[in-house]
Amino acid sequence: MSNIVINAPNTVQLLMGNEAIARGALEAGMGVAAAYPGNPSSEIIETLAKVAKERNLYVEWSINEKVALEVAAAASLTNVRALCATKQNGLNVALDFLSNLNLTGVKKGLVLVVCDDPSGISSTNEQDSRYVAKIMDLPLLEPATSQEAKDMTQWAFELSEKIANVCILRSVTRISHAREKVVLGELPNVERHVHFDLSRKPYASIGGKAPELHRTLHQNITRMIEIYESSPFNWYTGPENPKLLIITCGSGWLYSLEAVRILSADHTVGILKLGTTWPLPKKMIEKYMLQTRKILVIEEVDAFLEGNLKELAADMKQGRTWTFYGKASGHIPSFGEMNPDIVINGVVHALDLKYVVRDSEYHEKSQELVKQYVPPRGSQFCAGCPHRTTFWAIKNALIMDGREGVLTGDIGCYAMATMSTGFFQIRTVHAMGSGAGIASGMGKLNQFGFDQPVLTVCGDSTFFHAAIPALINGVHSKSQFILILLDNGGTAMTGFQPHPGINLNAMGEPAPILDIESLCHALGIKVMVTDPNDINGTTEKLLELLHNEGNPSVLISRRECALISARREKPLYKVWVNHDQCIGESCGCDRFCTRVFRCPGLIWDQNTKKAMIDEAVCSGCGVCVEICPHHAILKESNG
Amino acid sequence: MSDEWKDPLNLIITGVGGQGNILISKLIGEAMLEEGYWVTIGETYGATQRGGSVASHVRISKITQHGPIIPEAQADIILGLEPVESLRMLGMYGNSKTSVITNVRPVHPMAVAIGEAEYPPLEIIKQAIRELSQEAWYLDASEIAIGLGAPLLTNMVMTGALIGSGLIPLGEENFKHHLNMNFKNDKLSLNLKAFTLGVSAIRKQK
Repeated sequence: MSNIVINAPNTVQLLMGNEAIARGALEAGMGVAAAYPGNPSSEIIETLAKVAKERNLYVEWSINEKVALEVAAAASLTNVRALCATKQNGLNVALDFLSNLNLTGVKKGLVLVVCDDPSGISSTNEQDSRYVAKIMDLPLLEPATSQEAKDMTQWAFELSEKIANVCILRSVTRISHAREKVVLGELPNVERHVHFDLSRKPYASIGGKAPELHRTLHQNITRMIEIYESSPFNWYTGPENPKLLIITCGSGWLYSLEAVRILSADHTVGILKLGTTWPLPKKMIEKYMLQTRKILVIEEVDAFLEGNLKELAADMKQGRTWTFYGKASGHIPSFGEMNPDIVINGVVHALDLKYVVRDSEYHEKSQELVKQYVPPRGSQFCAGCPHRTTFWAIKNALIMDGREGVLTGDIGCYAMATMSTGFFQIRTVHAMGSGAGIASGMGKLNQFGFDQPVLTVCGDSTFFHAAIPALINGVHSKSQFILILLDNGGTAMTGFQPHPGINLNAMGEPAPILDIESLCHALGIKVMVTDPNDINGTTEKLLELLHNEGNPSVLISRRECALISARREKPLYKVWVNHDQCIGESCGCDRFCTRVFRCPGLIWDQNTKKAMIDEAVCSGCGVCVEICPHHAILKESNG
Repeated sequence: MSDEWKDPLNLIITGVGGQGNILISKLIGEAMLEEGYWVTIGETYGATQRGGSVASHVRISKITQHGPIIPEAQADIILGLEPVESLRMLGMYGNSKTSVITNVRPVHPMAVAIGEAEYPPLEIIKQAIRELSQEAWYLDASEIAIGLGAPLLTNMVMTGALIGSGLIPLGEENFKHHLNMNFKNDKLSLNLKAFTLGVSAIRKQK
C-alpha cells in the first residue's frame, strides 16, 4: 500500500506520477502548495492535502490558478519553498502574474508544475505548455517516469534557488496518471526561517526597470545551460555513430526504447533522452548530433523540441546537415497523444524497415468482429444527475418561449450538454467563465436588431473561479441574460474538491462559506433558486426570468451531485416500471423515457419491448415517474 | 513459479467506468512490485465516472521498465469486467496468443438503451472472443458478487479468476497477504471471500 509520508529511504513504492511529484516536493522540504483542480493535475494537491497536518504544510485549493500561483509565490518571497500545480488551461489563467514574476524573481524555491493533456482526454484542448518556458525565459524540466517525476521535482527546488526564479516542471497525462516503481529518498526535518526581508529592493519591475530585468533573465539562461550540460536527467544509450538518432523527452522515452526493442534496431538506432528541455544543453546535444545524419524527434504534443533542435543545428559551425524526421516532415502526427506505435512507424520510415503488427488474417477478422458487434460507449450524465433535469427544464422553457433562445456553456460535467445527454442545449464551450462573458456580450446586441433571448450555465466552482467578473460586467453594461448556476455542491468533474461555497478547505478543516445568493443579491439583480428535479417549477422560473428586462438575472439550480449523495445516503425511492401500464413501442411518446430523457437507470428490455429500471444503476431520484406520459413508472419511498 | 514467463507480460484490465478496474490494477501492480518485478500501469481517467470504457494497461517485467501504453496487438492477457469491452480490446491489442478471462454480465451502453445500437447475444460475443484468442474463460462474476450482497465486488471476483488461472506470476496466498495489508474488518473479509470465490470459479473450468 502506498504511503506518501513514510520516511524509509531506498524502499520502493508503486506511485502515480502525480503522487511522485508530491513526494518529491516533500523530500525537498516544501511548505506551501496551492492549485485549482484540473485533470490531469489534481492528485498532486490532493496527495499533499492529505498529509498537510502530519508534515506541517499549508495546502489550499485556490479560487483560480492565478491566485494559486500568487499564494505559492508569497511563500517563496517569505522564505518558504512552494509549489503550484495546474493543467494546461489553468496555466493560461496564471500567465499574467507569471510574466511579471519571472522579471522580479523569487527567493526560496518555487516550482510550477503544469500537467498537459495530449488528445484532450479530460480537457477541451491539447495545448503544449512548454512554449511558456521559452516565452518567459524560465527553466523547463520534463520527467519521463514516476521516478524522475519525484527526483526532478526535488531538484527543481534547488534549481529555482540557484537562479532565483520559477522552475517549470511539465508532465503529461501518461506521466501524471501512470503508476510505476519509485525508490524513495529521505524526508528532511525542515527548520524554517519565515521572514520577509525589508532590506532588499522591491520585487517590482516598474520605473523602466523591465529591460534591465529582462537582460538578467537572459543571463540566467546562460547559467541554466551550464547547469544542464552535466544534468543526470539527460543521457544517451546506443551505438557510436548511429544510423538514426532518436532525440526524445518526457513520455516519449519509454515509447522510444520499446520501439527500438520491438524492431531489434539497437545496433543502428541511438536514443538521446533529454529531461532538461529549455534551454537546451547545447554541447551535450551537439556531441551526439555530430555522430549521425538522421534525427527522429519524439515528443508530445507540438514540435517544440524539434524546433529548438533545428535552431541549435543552424548555429553549429561544423557544416554538417541532417535529415530531420518528426512533426514538420509529417513522419510523426502533429496532433494527438504519442504512443509506441507512432514511434515504431517513425523508425520504420526513417530506416526503410519492415514491421508487421500481426498477421493480416487475424487483423481483418478482429476489425470485422469489433465493427459488427461492439456498440459505441460514450460519456453521459450519471443516473440521477441534477444536470439532466436542469437541461430538460431549459429545453422545455426555450421551446415554450419560442424565440430561439441561445444557451452558452462553460467548463464542467455540464459541458456534455452540447451532446444528447443534455439534449443538445449548450451552443458554446470555451474557457472557465467564458459562458457568462459571451452571454454578457450577446445580451448587448439588441441595438443591432438581435432578438433571441440569451442564457448561460456555469457550475458553482466555475462561478467563483471566473464567472463573477463576467456577471458584474453584465450588470454594469445592462446586458440582458440569465445565468443559470448549476450548484451541485463541489468541483464535481475533477473529484469533488471544495471551493469557497463549501464549509471545508483542502486540508479538511472548517472554512467559512461564501453564500452565492447573497453575492448575487449584492449586485442588485434578480436571483431565484430552484430544485432542478422539480422540472415544472424550474421551467416556470426560467419563463419568468426570460422576461426580466434590461439586466442579467440569476437562477440557482441547486441539488447535490448524485454521486456525492449516494456515498452518504441510500436512494430516496425504489423505482420500477409497471409493465401493464407501459405500452412499449406503441407509446405515442416515441419511447420518451429511454430515447429522449436518457437516464442510464432506464433501460429497454429487448424481449418484452418495454422500459425497465436497471436497479444496479438507478439512483432512486424518482424524477422519471413524473416524465412518463403513460404513468407507467412507479416509486415507493425507501423510508 | 516458472521462470519461463513472457517478458514483458502485458495485461489489460477493461470494463466500464465505475466497475473498479483501476483499484484492482493498482492492487495487482503493488503485489507484483513486492515480488520484485518492474511494474507500470497506464490508465485513462476523465470519463471514468460517466459510463465510458475504461482500460488499464499493466506491464510486468523482470528485466526493465516499460511505458504505460501497450503497443498495438501486444496484449498477452485481457481481463474483462464486461463482455463487449473484452472484445473491444481484442480488436486493438489482441493477437492469436492472447488469453481472455471475461465477466459475462453486460452493461448496456446508452446507444443500446435508445435503440441506436444493438447489444449482441452472449453466445455471439463468446464465439468472437474464442476466435480471437488462444484460450478464453467466461464467468458470471457479477452474479457471484451479488450473491455476496455487493455487486461492486465483481472486480475482486475477477482478480481471483486472474490469479487462479495461473496466467500471471503471482500466487493466491501472496495476493491474499496483500489484501490483508490494504483492507480492514468487514471490507477485508468480503474482499477475501470474493477473491476466493473467483479463484475457485476459474479452477473449476481448468
